[in-house]
Amino acid sequence: MIEFHLDPRSGVAPYLQIVQQVKEALRLGLLDVGDQLPTVREVVADLAINPNTVAKGYRELEAGGLVEARPGRGTFITSTLAAPSLKHHEALRQELESWLQAAERAGLDEESIRAVISTTLREAFVRRVA
Amino acid sequence: MTPPLVMHGVGKRFRRRWALRDCTLAIPERAIVGLAGPNGAGKSTLLGLTVGLFAPTEGRIDVLGRDPRRRQDVLADVGYVARDAPLYRTFTVRDTIEFARATNPGWDESIASEFLTRLSADDRVSTLSAGERARLALAVALGKRPALLLLDEPFARLDPLAAREFLQLLMDGVSELEATVVIASHVVADIERVSDHIVLLSEGHVRLEGSVEELLSSHRLLTGAARPLGRIPGVQEIVRERHSGRQMTLLARLNGRVVDPSWSVDEIGLEDLLLAYMAPERLPGPTAPEKGRLRWHG
Repeated sequence: MIEFHLDPRSGVAPYLQIVQQVKEALRLGLLDVGDQLPTVREVVADLAINPNTVAKGYRELEAGGLVEARPGRGTFITSTLAAPSLKHHEALRQELESWLQAAERAGLDEESIRAVISTTLREAFVRRVA
Repeated sequence: MTPPLVMHGVGKRFRRRWALRDCTLAIPERAIVGLAGPNGAGKSTLLGLTVGLFAPTEGRIDVLGRDPRRRQDVLADVGYVARDAPLYRTFTVRDTIEFARATNPGWDESIASEFLTRLSADDRVSTLSAGERARLALAVALGKRPALLLLDEPFARLDPLAAREFLQLLMDGVSELEATVVIASHVVADIERVSDHIVLLSEGHVRLEGSVEELLSSHRLLTGAARPLGRIPGVQEIVRERHSGRQMTLLARLNGRVVDPSWSVDEIGLEDLLLAYMAPERLPGPTAPEKGRLRWHG
């Protein structure tokens, strides 16, 4: 079962952090159709956060068609974000790994690597939107 | 649905000093309210009025639709943990729970005992740690199955670990009971994590009230070159103004988008926002209202 974490300094509203963590787990295939999310009560007792926040995150996921609340039983994953691209993840990850090794050989430190990646990502997505 | 706690122009005077004045607010159902403000701002007075400890000098209070001074039966639905979790020191944990059971008609043993794990029934209150005492007081308050739960400085004597544990238990209980909660604290960081509604008191007045979401989305930090300030389109009012060299930073309450490119616009966190409203530096100034007026009340 997914375990949420909360970063109060991220500037992202707590309910959105929950939404994002579920979506990320779905993309990575860590959650799949039929899996159950922890109950609101379990999440608040674990993270010491407002139950309304958790309920709001779950409602948002439900509105997006990703989960379904079954009264008296809990909240369940009804659709996935991973298929069908998931099978390509491992190969892509390996390519990225060898790129990282090349970057290190070229003398880039972690900050430079992050900078190259984030500017490249940004430019690539801007091109696509435009 | 009626809000569980409503105040209309409430004031309370102790001898010649007004501890609270012109207090008007409505707490939405199932909100977790952070009641913030420096020491002496009137937080405990507001809670004391809510549970009918004393009558307001002026104004009207509605607690769960009833006047707490005329209809004391409403108190059966209100949980109140006063500062320092007062309990009978010579009682054991068991005595305390039995006393609570005997004095509360709607007592729910299962809720109370759920929150007493790791406390031994034979321990005397006087031997408990601050964290254990806070848990016991919370268990007593939750055992009433309150619709409205009021906590006065619950974190004051707790170390960070005990405070987090207390907050976990509190949130667990609140989600089980679907209660509305008011947590008074002078430490903003303590209430920031859980509050979805804020009431900020300062010098006996409500300076700011509203949902956290609304407050955060309506305030921005504007940074730009220092200049004489005229009207800035998109800005409703300037809460605080700071200068450093040739640069100035404004905390602004917005009523639209600030599109002027000479300002860089940033979001502000809840703690910084509340501290800015508490800061005395924003009280004076040429456009400041007469002292005591509710200029900043949201």
